Amino acid sequence: MPCVADWLNNPFSIVQGIFAQNVQNSDWEKKVTEYFKEKLKENNATNWVPSLNDVPVHYLKPNSLVKFRCMVQDMFDPEFYMGVYETVDPNTKARVLHFGKYRDVAECGPQQEIDLNSSQTVTSERQTFYCVPVPAESVLVLNPRFYAYISVSQARVSPSTSYTPSRHKRSYEEDEDMDLHPSKQKEQHMGNCHCSGGDIHGCVEPKRLETEASAGHHLISPNCSPPLDLNFPLPGEKGPACLVKVYESWDSFKVNDVLEVYGILSVDPVLSIVNNEEREGSALDPMECMDTAEEQRVHSPPASLVPRIHVILAQKLQHINPLLPACLNEEESKTFVSNFMSELSSVRAELLGFLTHALLGDSLAAEYLILHLISTVYARRDVLPLGKFAVNLSGCPRNSIFTEHIYRIIQQLVPASYRLQMTIENMNHSRFIPHKDYTANRLVSGVLQLASNTSLVVDETQLEQGQLDTTGVHNVTALGNLITWQKVDYDFNYHQMEFPCNINVLITSEGRSLLPSDCQVHLQPQIIPPNMEEYMTSLLTAVLPSVLNKFRIYLSLLRLLDYSISEEVTKAVEEDFVEMRKNDPESITADDLHKTLLVARFLSLSAGQTTLSRERWLRAKQLEALRKARLQQQKCVNGNEL
Amino acid sequence: MSSPASTPSRRGGKRGRGSNPPTPQDARSPPSQKRRADDSTSTGDLQPMPTSPPADVQSPGAPDALFSSPPQFRHSAIPLDFDISSPLTYGTPSSRVEGTPRSGVRGTPVRQRPDLGSVRKARQVDLHSDGVAEDITTEQSLGQKLVIWGTDVNVASCKEKFQRFLQRFIDPVAKEDEDIGLDLNEPRYMQRLEEINMVGEPFLNVNCDHLRSFDENLYRQLICYPQEVIPTFDMAANEIFFDRYPDSILEHQIQVRPYNALKTRNMRNLNPEDIDQLITISGMVIRSSQLIPEMQEAFFKCQVCAFTARVEIDRGRIAEPSVCKNCNTMHSMALIHNRSMFSDKQMIKLQESPEDMPAGQTPHTVALFAHNDLVDKVQPGDRVNVTGIYRAVPIRMNPRVSNVRSVYKTHIDVIHYRKTDSKRLHGVDEEMERKMFTEERVQLLRELSKKPDIYERLCSALAPSIYEHEDIKKGILLQLFGGSRKDFTHTGRGNFRAEINILLCGDPGTSKSQLLQYVYNLVPRGQYTSGGGSSAVGLTAYVMKDPETRQLVLQTGALVLSDNGICCIDEFDKMNESTRSVLHEVMEQQTLSIAKAGIICQLNARTSILAAANPIESQWNPKKTTIENIQLPHTLLSRFDLIFLMLDPRDEAYDRRLARHLVSLYYHSEEKMEEEYMDMAVLRDYIAYARSYINPRLSEEASQALIEAYVDMRKIGSGRGMVSAYPRQLESLIRLAEAHAKVRFSEKVENVDVEEAKRLHREALKQSATDPRTGIVDISILTTGMSATARKRKEELAQALRRLIQSKGKTPALKYQQLFDDLRAQSETAITKEMFEEALRALADDDFLTVTGKTVRLL
Repeated sequence: MPCVADWLNNPFSIVQGIFAQNVQNSDWEKKVTEYFKEKLKENNATNWVPSLNDVPVHYLKPNSLVKFRCMVQDMFDPEFYMGVYETVDPNTKARVLHFGKYRDVAECGPQQEIDLNSSQTVTSERQTFYCVPVPAESVLVLNPRFYAYISVSQARVSPSTSYTPSRHKRSYEEDEDMDLHPSKQKEQHMGNCHCSGGDIHGCVEPKRLETEASAGHHLISPNCSPPLDLNFPLPGEKGPACLVKVYESWDSFKVNDVLEVYGILSVDPVLSIVNNEEREGSALDPMECMDTAEEQRVHSPPASLVPRIHVILAQKLQHINPLLPACLNEEESKTFVSNFMSELSSVRAELLGFLTHALLGDSLAAEYLILHLISTVYARRDVLPLGKFAVNLSGCPRNSIFTEHIYRIIQQLVPASYRLQMTIENMNHSRFIPHKDYTANRLVSGVLQLASNTSLVVDETQLEQGQLDTTGVHNVTALGNLITWQKVDYDFNYHQMEFPCNINVLITSEGRSLLPSDCQVHLQPQIIPPNMEEYMTSLLTAVLPSVLNKFRIYLSLLRLLDYSISEEVTKAVEEDFVEMRKNDPESITADDLHKTLLVARFLSLSAGQTTLSRERWLRAKQLEALRKARLQQQKCVNGNEL
Repeated sequence: MSSPASTPSRRGGKRGRGSNPPTPQDARSPPSQKRRADDSTSTGDLQPMPTSPPADVQSPGAPDALFSSPPQFRHSAIPLDFDISSPLTYGTPSSRVEGTPRSGVRGTPVRQRPDLGSVRKARQVDLHSDGVAEDITTEQSLGQKLVIWGTDVNVASCKEKFQRFLQRFIDPVAKEDEDIGLDLNEPRYMQRLEEINMVGEPFLNVNCDHLRSFDENLYRQLICYPQEVIPTFDMAANEIFFDRYPDSILEHQIQVRPYNALKTRNMRNLNPEDIDQLITISGMVIRSSQLIPEMQEAFFKCQVCAFTARVEIDRGRIAEPSVCKNCNTMHSMALIHNRSMFSDKQMIKLQESPEDMPAGQTPHTVALFAHNDLVDKVQPGDRVNVTGIYRAVPIRMNPRVSNVRSVYKTHIDVIHYRKTDSKRLHGVDEEMERKMFTEERVQLLRELSKKPDIYERLCSALAPSIYEHEDIKKGILLQLFGGSRKDFTHTGRGNFRAEINILLCGDPGTSKSQLLQYVYNLVPRGQYTSGGGSSAVGLTAYVMKDPETRQLVLQTGALVLSDNGICCIDEFDKMNESTRSVLHEVMEQQTLSIAKAGIICQLNARTSILAAANPIESQWNPKKTTIENIQLPHTLLSRFDLIFLMLDPRDEAYDRRLARHLVSLYYHSEEKMEEEYMDMAVLRDYIAYARSYINPRLSEEASQALIEAYVDMRKIGSGRGMVSAYPRQLESLIRLAEAHAKVRFSEKVENVDVEEAKRLHREALKQSATDPRTGIVDISILTTGMSATARKRKEELAQALRRLIQSKGKTPALKYQQLFDDLRAQSETAITKEMFEEALRALADDDFLTVTGKTVRLL
């Protein structure tokens, strides 16, 4: 029986063992996956597997078992490989069978050569995905020590004193000092726009990027001069991109799915060497001119920069919140859920209080913000996405750091979030929609290629007067489509393709946003702090980390709950609607009913109830009425001003 | 010429067939060698010539076994030197005959087929020693057991079968589209050969489907062993051809090009088992390389003694002779480019067509190699069906590294292209786009069509999330099906429009956009634009620089792209004037004329238009007519077959149902949604099937009914002295009736269809053409933009004004404001400034007065 270190550090020996035992029958592949599945099920085994998200590639042992949490950014063509091959020793004529699965290179001993004509050769097929770390992952997910700590302790919520952000990821402190110098950030951002034309959010710290990249750079051969674009959806993202080779049921994975893969890391330098050889030879050999140089660069980048993972096990993740058990259907996680449910209402009250403070004392806005944060597209009825709840928070003070702080608070609460500053320059110069680059044969990512349940905070207060050019118009249209239909039309040059998405959009604006939204809430600040900066910072530091964790669990968990409406309540709602129409047919439309039902749904869920009750329905109506009254009032004010 | 490089020595392994006998190189079966012995006596002068290149270079001692069995030839009593066309010597470059009278099989040069790759080390194996089951049932006793090594193909019987196929095959279900000028009752391919004789294009395209219906086994062999079988076919075709037309002069011998192999259609289904098989896949060309001249044969000349030598390519490399054989000088041989042989090659990237892609995945691509005259046949952006041989090549071994990448490179050697959209711009029909339906699917659809309530069923399956609006959905449903296409070109009238155009107008927030989105998502060739966001250029076509070729190309806009589809235009009212004017031509003539940047052309735009417009005052004003509400020119409005108002009904029962419907949306589980989604797929197929296969014609009684309906419509108006229907309305009725017949999968338009068409038309009219002042349905609102009563009132006002002015006596000029006030004082109804100005204008038109600034002058 091989020990732990064996299957972790040298998984090939296990595979070889199983292969040798089952050469005759073809089900050795199944046995391999079963073996590893068993191994990983053992208590906490998953935590011993080093994660590519946390450990830089050069610290990891080649050909060892690793895990990687990532988003499928692009799918390459399937490739045929030698599943089983035979080597022959030219001297002794001794023949040996090998397996080619989980490998990039068909290996053979020094005295052997591969018999390409062997009748034993089995050709198989595998699929390559280009994966990047989940875009806009927040510090909570990224912090490895924290992650390990929490999952070891059975994901039980406990005061996390060990919560010290590690240095090599985008950490809280780093963000903070970015935020402390907004002017600096702006400068940087301008600079980025000029040189690369693509950077939106100027949170790239050049020095750090350099040191990190240099690790990979000294391994790249000198003839590969321009640095490889790792194709991250968002500017300023870091972390390894990976070529993930999937061996089974690859049809079930889709672009933008978030996966956790366990597999064998392959960083064989031969991969890069073979590459260069090919490039040299291509002038001579017409066989090699099948792909352009650009395409080769993209499809087989140096392994030190883009490692390969040969997947043994892959699973789609429902969420990326490390505070929650990965799968909610298991027995253990059920107890976790029920435990949490018991303190749900207090958590909700605390969260509401916290957000109310954050929104300068506006409790109605805070209420809507909670509803927004737990919203998710739960179904699509032909073209209509159900459950999206894009909120337009109007009345935000212009050009102030308020919106920035709101984003920082959201960033603290959800596992993935991104702040899109809607400036003319950003809209005109960045690419929102992913497009296909046919010379390189890959999907070039755009800002809107985001994983499910990412919070996108669109800051419209940054918008100045100016002219949008064609790109700008396209980008705004794409953003509008994203909000209305929850889909992004990727540009394939000759045609467009629709990719459904599930992104929570919060728009902060001064007046009504130019983007569509499901519901507009006008902010009515109750307190005007003399020093916004200080106020917000103290607000965040005042929250205990344990409480913050509860908020995080709360928001992630409620998204995953089921919901239904009983026959009885349906009747009541019906009556109500008819009644409302009778009284005021002009202002109550089907659209309003839609909205109220949505609010009712999230209101019930936010209280942990999975069915709609009469009280919740009334409360939802009341909230809507309050919100509308506020808008009406705002209109009057504006009218008077004009 | 990619494959010769790779194929011969490496192929055994990647077949994926376990039963392959050991590698071809060393195993050499004795029986075939024996065959060869009597072969060489019979093949005469051509025999010594080198045969298939790699074979030669690799094992110079054995170009044998490459000929088919001689007994067969004796049997068929064909001159012995015929063996040159034996499939396995096929492709020998040196067999070209320079100059010389070129007729007959011998005289016509053989042209290489790089698409097939070099003939592999194929040898025939006597089955008695091999033991593979064979099911050939020819009577010939000799040679029948002889098969090409590694396959079960017997050259003789295969050839004979194919000849029989060529001579006898008559297509039982001939389609007109590709057989223009062919007599369907004569053997089809014999006519093709005749055509080759006349036209001189030595390519014979063979539909594999035909072959399959003729001989299942032969078809299977073709699919599995194309590299061996196609040369046999070539040989067979050439024999027949030169037998019939011995004097025919062709550029080179006929090459058979099979297409439409049924096995694989979708790029996604390709798997290792398809390697080296004949496949047909569809896709879109995304990139094509420059022409690559590939050396087939190098010509070397000794610098010392002028001795020449020819060296053929071997696995992509030329072995330069280091020593001159004549004078034994080292390194004296120099390559003479001019005398070397080259063939054309092109690399093409094919991408999966968007329809084949599962949702949420990115398209796959595959590399194609086109050779000789297939080079430059397709351009990036073309949709093609490609038939070819699927290849997998191991990545070249590096002598310095013992480890090899374990991945193969795959590509397809193209044998046949078929553009799927080539006809789109030229008219004719959507014949080519006929979707493939499986038997079961057709059965299911047919059964569905028999249901008496199919119309209602489909209607409720359409956009289920949008509540009620039954008639509007029905209208859209009929639009999706469309009328029958009629061609009156020969009488000079051109095409009649078969597409139905629909305009939805009404209050904002009545899910118009949602309906449009739904339709756009439903139809395969739909376009969605919004009035505000589209320009005339975006709708029609524009000239731009192609990123690939850097040449100016015509890029088609939304209307052309939605040819044979539906163009959904949201916010129709926001569209500017010039853009809208483009639609005039499209909506009636169904063409689009373009004259810009030196490109003058007329493109087909046979698109249905589904437009949505909001009222000018944001809320529908029931006191105004449709025209007044949406401010669209009536010329455009009259081109819509149906104009629906989507108003918010103020009705308790409706509200109740709506509420129930919406609430159910908010808690139904995912599974139930899935069910609905299934319906969408069925609906899509149903429509596609009806659109391409059903072409209803008017029955006698239906035409009577239509005539009556039209006459009735005319009558309604004539009673009040106005015209209430125009021929355009009759055409609309016909289209609607035809579409309804299509819904029933009926080839005949019957009374029921006419009834429904009438009803729907009336409904739409009632909504949109009701004169708000009188409550009477008045078609002239749509045709002239003004109701008859309004026009009458306008005239009356003008007369009143004229009387007023005349009563004032002989004043040459009047104050504008004064006149207005006088008129208002005189009239018993309220007169607005607009009305007054209109009356003035009417009088000015009559040359009664002129208006200059604030004064009115009499003439």
